[in-house]
Amino acid sequence: MEALLSLFVRAIFIENMALAFFLGMCTFLAISKKVQAAIGLGIAVTVVLTITVPVNNLIYHYLLADGALAWAGLPDMDLSFLGLLSYIGVIAAIVQIMEMFLDKFMPALYNALGVFLPLITVNCAILGAALFMVERDYGFAESVVFGLGSGLGWALAVIALAGIREKLKYSDVPEGLQGLGITFITAGLMAMGFMAFGGIDI
Amino acid sequence: MQVIKETLTGPIFKNNPIALQILGVCSALAVTSSMKVTLVMCVALTVVTAFSGMFISSIRAHIPSSIRIIVQMVIIASLVIVVDQFLKAYAFGISKQLSVFVGLIITNCIVMGRAEAFAMKNPPMASFVDGVGNGIGYSVVLISVAFVREVLGSGKLMGFDVLPLVTDGGWYVPNGLLLLPPSAFFLIGGFIWVLRSVRKDQVEVTEFKLASHAAVREGA
Repeated sequence: MEALLSLFVRAIFIENMALAFFLGMCTFLAISKKVQAAIGLGIAVTVVLTITVPVNNLIYHYLLADGALAWAGLPDMDLSFLGLLSYIGVIAAIVQIMEMFLDKFMPALYNALGVFLPLITVNCAILGAALFMVERDYGFAESVVFGLGSGLGWALAVIALAGIREKLKYSDVPEGLQGLGITFITAGLMAMGFMAFGGIDI
Repeated sequence: MQVIKETLTGPIFKNNPIALQILGVCSALAVTSSMKVTLVMCVALTVVTAFSGMFISSIRAHIPSSIRIIVQMVIIASLVIVVDQFLKAYAFGISKQLSVFVGLIITNCIVMGRAEAFAMKNPPMASFVDGVGNGIGYSVVLISVAFVREVLGSGKLMGFDVLPLVTDGGWYVPNGLLLLPPSAFFLIGGFIWVLRSVRKDQVEVTEFKLASHAAVREGA
């Protein structure tokens, strides 16, 4: 239990997907002009991560890993090279299913997330989390916690950046730095802020 | 011929994928702390972008538009698997250092972006050249960031000593910040600043502008 809690805190703050590993940067920079949009995107990423990481975990452990197909009578099979293709397929499929599900049962949420859902398939944070899960050899419970934690961490970072950018548009920025340039520098300062969490160990 | 040259050199400064189109930033930041790793990453990305453009473009007339994203994904993912297996076989150390970032070429927006914006509308050869051009544009930014980070951060270039460190009896005190993640943000921000100071047409229009100071009245 304690290990899971520690993993959760680490995924949100210390190993923040956006600010420590630079994952999901394209959407991070593109959709952080308005806080409202950033909140919608943050929720969508968190939900998708919480579902896809555990599903990919099951796929890896029961189908792809070395010797995982022993239950089917194929103990020598190692399909791990198909990993990339399977994870991205699973992610694309789950995003598609979620879109249909939300459209049918929660139209309000669907309209709020609308444009962001398809974008999420190509968000590197989602695939990155799946690859980290495989690389660090997480079990099922760990993968659920890791998916949720890294999603929340990413949402936190994008909402905070959107807040800063909303204030920033009234300030007098040098000509060449306007827009993208100053956003990079702001994100760099935020990353330094997040590094202060580095020593925390629960 | 002129068109091909334009497709190849356009993305390097005039329409740089990272600085202007905000594509493929993730890996640009993450793999640039050492030059060797950066070069491998640049070559891998250029190969994937060029070939995925060529393959997608050659079947573009047969892809139904409703499932085109999935079809593009499958082609890109297969190419990345080839690159990944190749690196694991011939450059295992570097492949370990790049860890998940080779896999993340799949979701690198440059590859998807060029497939969607260029390869779906142009013939295979042009798409191939466009992929190479964008790969080079990406590499220019990455290599310049990696150069600054490695030389100033650890006093080395490609693993050779350039600035002798104090700890080894030299004079250079390395700047540890440059090896940490945040420095990449500052360097790319600076790179964009330089690029836009030279090319004024790339400066973004601001929503609000401070009014210029009112003239100071005598005795006020």
